[in-house]
Amino acid sequence: METKLTERQQLDVADFERFARAEIAPGAESADREERLQIEVIHKLARSGLLGSIVPAKWGGRGLDWFTYGLLHETIGKFCSSVRSMITVHDMVSLAILKWGNDQQRDRWLPRLSRGEILGAFAVSEPGVGSDAKSIETTAERSNGSYILNGTKKWITAGQIADLFLVLARRQDRPTAFLVERDRAGLSIEPISGLLGLRASMVGELSFRQCEIPAENLVGREGFGLVSVALTALGLGRYSVAWGCVGIAQACLDASLQYTNRRRQFGSLLREHQLIQEMIAEMATNLKASRALGERAGRLKQEGDPSEVMETFVAKYFASRAAMRAAIDAVQIHGANGCSSEYPVQRYLRDAKVMEVIEGSHQISQLLIANHAFQESENNYSGFHVDE
Amino acid sequence: MDNSKHKIRAFLSRFFQTAELKEEDDIFALGFVNSLFAMQLITWVEKEFSIQIEDEDLEVTNFSTIAAIANLIARKNCHAQGA
Repeated sequence: METKLTERQQLDVADFERFARAEIAPGAESADREERLQIEVIHKLARSGLLGSIVPAKWGGRGLDWFTYGLLHETIGKFCSSVRSMITVHDMVSLAILKWGNDQQRDRWLPRLSRGEILGAFAVSEPGVGSDAKSIETTAERSNGSYILNGTKKWITAGQIADLFLVLARRQDRPTAFLVERDRAGLSIEPISGLLGLRASMVGELSFRQCEIPAENLVGREGFGLVSVALTALGLGRYSVAWGCVGIAQACLDASLQYTNRRRQFGSLLREHQLIQEMIAEMATNLKASRALGERAGRLKQEGDPSEVMETFVAKYFASRAAMRAAIDAVQIHGANGCSSEYPVQRYLRDAKVMEVIEGSHQISQLLIANHAFQESENNYSGFHVDE
Repeated sequence: MDNSKHKIRAFLSRFFQTAELKEEDDIFALGFVNSLFAMQLITWVEKEFSIQIEDEDLEVTNFSTIAAIANLIARKNCHAQGA
């Protein structure tokens, strides 16, 4: 059963939609073509309070509940996955500091992040490390009350423009999380261009060469960088990508309904052709299912239920697959127009493919979900259960 | 404390067999734990016992055995009551 929105949620969603249509939609195609987001979009996001969504009001944020946060990502994701992904990585840093930072770090960074005065980005992936996050090779050595970082981070969303990076590095052979400001000596950043999708998300490669940061930039405890800090952040990332995929699927459906309502072949509208209707039916059904899984994950996250970890994987896995299939069919429905940059569906397809790679690849998700199913079966734990 | 140990054992048994698991057995060393499980364990402890796990609690020794987890919960509850 789809959750009914409260009045507050309805107002928020209407806000998101209004903002996205006015400020994000007009520039989405050119941003994708030029592989560049206009910085003014970021400033507008900041002014609208959309860079402080999950931070409590105490530190200047909106304190959105998880369901509304999901709806934010669906709405932005309908118009531009690049912008949506930049909001994600910014919020990943905010959430990590909120949950695992100390009081000084929260007071120092959260207000500025919430107001969008500074932009955050999340740096775990390396040239040789993607899914196998615990095998990161970037190192952190202690030296006279500081840490010295050496290594390379690659595929960093918003890397070209972020001010504050949350970096996972190896400290005494265990993953540890650090905050690194952009202007630290020893950090250099190169843009990555020519990407298949999310082309306007300002992706960068970070090189750390004897990059010195003060001890107070450690987040959480040495050795717990992955289990606590990174996985908290990645949980938000996965959840927002799941909802972003709902947005892509919705955009594909909207485009396809519109196109088939006006395009004629063989004397009738495309919408009257049954094979077109089959594709529309698949799109519409998978969209509903994706949204339902996102709502379920959001509810469990809101309740602090530990099953939200797996349910978010399921939501992301299903929604990214649904978005990909919707985009493939949307391009097909549009025919040659679907292969042209004059229509947005080819961008949805390229972005959807990237969504199947990031934040828990398709294959990793399958392994985890299968393993979980075996665990539950072996330990007699079924889908319906009564708490002790 | 015994009640919390019982609940901890019940939670762990959703993920692996605990019939032979003693209170002082190291679940990390026994290879049961990956980072995702550890994350779920932390989230569950917070929700089930209404406590906040903070960065100073993040020591492997606080989570490696049923007894250690129960001790952590008891300490956090003591602090909460004393505050």
